Amino acid sequence: MVPSLKLHDFMEEIRGAKTQAQEREVIQKECAHIRASFRDGDPLQRHRQLTKLLYVHMLGYPAHFGQMECLKLIASPRFIDKRVGYLGAMLLLDERHDAHLLITNSIKNDLSQGIQPVQGLALCTLSTMGSAEMCRDLATEVEKLLLQPGPYVRKKAILTAVHMVRKAPELSDIFLPLCAKLLHEHHHGILLGTITLIMELCERSPAALRHFRKVVPKLVQILRTLVTTGYSTEHSISGISDPFLQVQILRLLRILGRNHEKSSETMNDLLAQVATNTDTSRNAGSAVLFETVLTIMDIHSAAGLRVLAVNILGRFLLNSDKNIRYVALTSLLKLVKSDHSAVQRHRPTVVECLRESDASLSRRALELSLALVNSSNVRSMTQELQAFLESCPPDLRADCASGILLAAERFAPTKRWHIDTILHVLTTAGTYVRDDAVANLTQLIGGAQELHAYSVHRLYHALAEDISQQPLVQVATWCIGEYGDFLLENCEETEPLQVEEEEVMALLEKVLQSHMSLPATRGYALTALMKLSTRIQGDTDRIRQVVSIYGSCLDVELQQRAVEYNVLFQKYDHMRAAILEKMPLVEHGGPQTDEEAKESRDDTAPVPTEPQTSKLLDLLNLLDDTSGDTQQPPSLNPSPEGALVHLLDLPCAPPPPAPIPNLKVFEREGVQLNLSFTRPPGTPALLLITVTTTNSSEDEVTHFICQAAVPKSVQLQLEAPSGNTVPAQDGPPITQLFRILNPNKAPLRLKLRLTYNHFGQSVQEIFEVNNLPVKTWQ
Amino acid sequence: MIQAILVFNNHGKPRLVRFYQRFPEEIQQQIVRETFHLVLKRDDNICNFLEGGSLIGGSDYKLIYRHYATLYFVFCVDSSESELGILDLIQVFVETLDKCFENVCELDLIFHMDKVHYILQEVVMGGMVLETNMNEIVAQMEAQNRLEKSEGGLSAAPARAVSAVKNMNLPEIPRNINIGDLNIKVPNLSQFV
Repeated sequence: MVPSLKLHDFMEEIRGAKTQAQEREVIQKECAHIRASFRDGDPLQRHRQLTKLLYVHMLGYPAHFGQMECLKLIASPRFIDKRVGYLGAMLLLDERHDAHLLITNSIKNDLSQGIQPVQGLALCTLSTMGSAEMCRDLATEVEKLLLQPGPYVRKKAILTAVHMVRKAPELSDIFLPLCAKLLHEHHHGILLGTITLIMELCERSPAALRHFRKVVPKLVQILRTLVTTGYSTEHSISGISDPFLQVQILRLLRILGRNHEKSSETMNDLLAQVATNTDTSRNAGSAVLFETVLTIMDIHSAAGLRVLAVNILGRFLLNSDKNIRYVALTSLLKLVKSDHSAVQRHRPTVVECLRESDASLSRRALELSLALVNSSNVRSMTQELQAFLESCPPDLRADCASGILLAAERFAPTKRWHIDTILHVLTTAGTYVRDDAVANLTQLIGGAQELHAYSVHRLYHALAEDISQQPLVQVATWCIGEYGDFLLENCEETEPLQVEEEEVMALLEKVLQSHMSLPATRGYALTALMKLSTRIQGDTDRIRQVVSIYGSCLDVELQQRAVEYNVLFQKYDHMRAAILEKMPLVEHGGPQTDEEAKESRDDTAPVPTEPQTSKLLDLLNLLDDTSGDTQQPPSLNPSPEGALVHLLDLPCAPPPPAPIPNLKVFEREGVQLNLSFTRPPGTPALLLITVTTTNSSEDEVTHFICQAAVPKSVQLQLEAPSGNTVPAQDGPPITQLFRILNPNKAPLRLKLRLTYNHFGQSVQEIFEVNNLPVKTWQ
Repeated sequence: MIQAILVFNNHGKPRLVRFYQRFPEEIQQQIVRETFHLVLKRDDNICNFLEGGSLIGGSDYKLIYRHYATLYFVFCVDSSESELGILDLIQVFVETLDKCFENVCELDLIFHMDKVHYILQEVVMGGMVLETNMNEIVAQMEAQNRLEKSEGGLSAAPARAVSAVKNMNLPEIPRNINIGDLNIKVPNLSQFV
């Protein structure tokens, strides 16, 4: 049998493997050895085997059979075993394995009796993978270590305490009283840990936050010492003494000073001093300065100081170091809500950053630019953003496009500019815009009557150049259909190019036939062609031809439309003009217009969910001026000719449903519960139950609470009751509304639980309502 | 809080993988691969911050990385850490490795993976910064290495040595050596037996 390899040789062999398969072979062979050695090998060599296993684990191979070995190694008295054992525990074990609880005992022993390095290992393991129960068991041990003199173990104990507080928040009571004292230590590691612990405690409880406000003077003193002390080799990084500690202190000051006048005042001088004196030629100084700026902006600082802070950020934006510019952009983004005008001053620099080739920087610059758009700078900003849209990387396109559209919607100076902007976005990044862009644009154009001619001309020319961008094509075909007559006339605002009928029809046919068009787009094109039949002066033979060809199209939706339009030419030619006249203005959110909005939306699903005949029905509804829902009764004959006849014969909306009788569900000592039902006609799945509680007894009912439960397939929403007291002798009742959504028409059962006080006793009643009328759920 | 510390080489082979949040093993490997692909796309002269991939958490997480010769050091942090501070922390870690290994190179990380973990444990614990004073860290590591050597090399040797001497069969030493008229008294050597 090949002997087990030494660690060094093992790694050499792995590196020597030329293929993945070879590497796997080597590792599997060695893992077999490791397993055998764990079973009955030399206990003194166990740590070497586990080290090999951990290496293999890092490369991604399974190593779970080493978990129990970690426990054995941790229990061994030798330091070398414990070291590897604890490392293995941190890498291989976690809360989800039951084995992790077994090390609690070992950790306890090591914490109380081990030498310093061993205590350090135990604390490290506890802070990495300690579960909530482990933390609770070992809290007292850790507390003891916090108080003993050696700084090495103390600093580790403090950070372990942070982890424990995160896992088991009730332990904060143990550690909170010790923090203030720890701040008086001099060792930087202890201070760093203590400040982290205080931040964690403050974030968890407002009471702790108030308690720690009293240490603000001490923190200010520590920071001042750090800033004013001369060069000390111990903790300095590029000439700044312990920037890590400075940054943490500034962070804690920010948390403590927020919304608190007195603390903010205490820190003002120091913050000003740090802001002006920190040397920012190296990264460390910049880190400290950034924290200072963020702290200044977050607390109640003097106005002059705030201006200084924003100017510092502006200066950083011009720095040549890209990291600094990135952090400056991030910080400005945080400030843009609270100090909008101050950040506006740096807008030109931000826009410069848009042109960066660095993806992270340009992303930040984009977010910040979008946040800075307002009504006064919208034109220039949109120009910049559109230029950016043309050249930006694909993953930013969607954000940029929707950002521009949103900004245009909020701040558009004129409708024409708005239409132009959306048009530009659609031509540049059409495939990345959101679904409702098409709906928005059609609505916008529909509403801007004076711009119909202009829009249709522009859209026509854009379409003529490029028929691949689906949202653009959809809007353009819709417009050409609606406003085709404007297109054929001349328009002063665009180039006076006479558009011929033949050209328009040829373009629409091109869209119809193109393999790039989505099914929904082709539907648009066909309808547009049809509408054109009433808008043009020439004859309609060409259109008839196309329509009849598509009568045998494979796409069912197109086929249906084509056949209907065909019939419109043949049997109902006299009605054609009226049916196909211009649509009235679409309003946002109306129930009828919801259908329109649904159809003009970018619909990638080839089969629409609304009934097939609804589009024609909409037109007829507009004609007949009937209101109400456009949902077809399901008994309609689906054949096209028959459908048309039925639609034309359609008299009125379906009759209102018969009212559902009330139901008394509960009676006890004069307290009665009644249910009354309503089913609103527009939403068939919704049932509204009003629960009325009356009291005909001699004592009032107080603390009345009614809770309800329904079967799983049904949704229930309880509104707030009108009150929870019913006075005696038929006083004003309590009413409460239940909303029940039952789309599957499942049989409705209701379980009610009542709790109230009556005649000096507390009453609890649970009962099921089984005899609900059938009409409530069918 | 630091979520993860990853070190891998220019070909994506992991050299140090340490997570401070629990992920199952396959997700860990996926994260390493995804991070490598994200970081590989970056030029050398652009900023060291990357918005994190989708696996390691939501929009709150960033990847902060530094490229040293053949190795990428990547720290995945959330918004509570100072970005520039983490850059300095990576530098501190690398310089500490340099001091402990004397001109550290990738081979050191490969063959002494466990030692690298121990050094990292002195700098970052439980996802939080523990100590940034290089001298203190190096001193600790040296003390621990000495401790390891002292018990590892001789292992149970002192105990064995004592018992060996106890069992030594020293021949009987004559108390009186009679050489003619001289009378030399030999001192009692029993205490050495």
